Amino acid sequence: GLPSPRRPRAGTGTSHKLVRRRRCSSARPARPRRNSESDAELLKMMESACFLRHVLEGYLDEQFCQVEDLQDEASPNFAEEVVTLFFKDSARLISNIEQALEKYPKDFNRWDAYMQQLKGSCSSIGASRMKSECMSFREYCGQGSVDGCMKSFQKVKREHTALRQKLEAYFQLLRQAGPAGAAPRPAK
Amino acid sequence: MSSVGGAVVAAAAAAAAGGGGAGTPHVLAVDDSSVDRAVIAAILRSSSFRVTAVDSGKRALELLGSEPNVSMIITDYWMPEMTGYELLKKVKESSELKQIPVVIMSSENVPTRITRCLEEGAEDFLVKPVRPSDVYRVFSRVLR
Repeated sequence: GLPSPRRPRAGTGTSHKLVRRRRCSSARPARPRRNSESDAELLKMMESACFLRHVLEGYLDEQFCQVEDLQDEASPNFAEEVVTLFFKDSARLISNIEQALEKYPKDFNRWDAYMQQLKGSCSSIGASRMKSECMSFREYCGQGSVDGCMKSFQKVKREHTALRQKLEAYFQLLRQAGPAGAAPRPAK
Repeated sequence: MSSVGGAVVAAAAAAAAGGGGAGTPHVLAVDDSSVDRAVIAAILRSSSFRVTAVDSGKRALELLGSEPNVSMIITDYWMPEMTGYELLKKVKESSELKQIPVVIMSSENVPTRITRCLEEGAEDFLVKPVRPSDVYRVFSRVLR
């Protein structure tokens, strides 16, 4: 029969991907280099990246892992590219919502339509916390609550900012760690 | 997603398209979201399909008019100007295009929407976010 579609692809480039297990602290360090100072530095970067990844698990769901899984040697930075697209798109949508809240008072249908787009984008990269706030906003639209929408929108923006900061830091660490920062797969 | 499984699906599709070795199946992906376009294109490419991704139904129809060998269309439902449903209808109303299988994607799981698309001739309806396993399941069935 055909192999399971969820099995990790052979030859998947891991140059910009750290161990994705939930317990990042169990990740083994990379092969030691001759220079012990650069070893220590690399370890520190990996620990920071692992820590960040652990923190990100509160902000991102399994969908983000699916996006990272699509990275390979032909597209080693795919996850970062998609995240960049997301923040470009989401910034535009947030701006649209902001303008709509001001220009079209109580136009809950319009507000909802914009937020539906933003929620869809969040869903595509696994931005679960931000998606959750988008859903709250839509619920308030359904209830016809201007106050609820306004407060909820502020939360959406805060989550957006927090996620951007964390993902930027995460990808920066991955870039700094480079190919040598790739953690080996755990032994069976 | 297993590239082995995806390659098997692509090979089967190539054989179905016109005998063994007829070429890599060409999938047209249609989505106004740049994020979703990037993800679906990557999923399809990881399964060894040739992919063209466009951002609207209008562009999809333009491409279909000039590119004769599209094996399958996968389109978002909600798009400005022309929805995926409207694109589906135009494809199925065209004598040249109606044989091309169409799969619809949507971020909302609305039963009436799904029924409407399937009745109009869609092969399947996928709820976003689309996973490689979804693509594998649908494409292996449709293109076998």
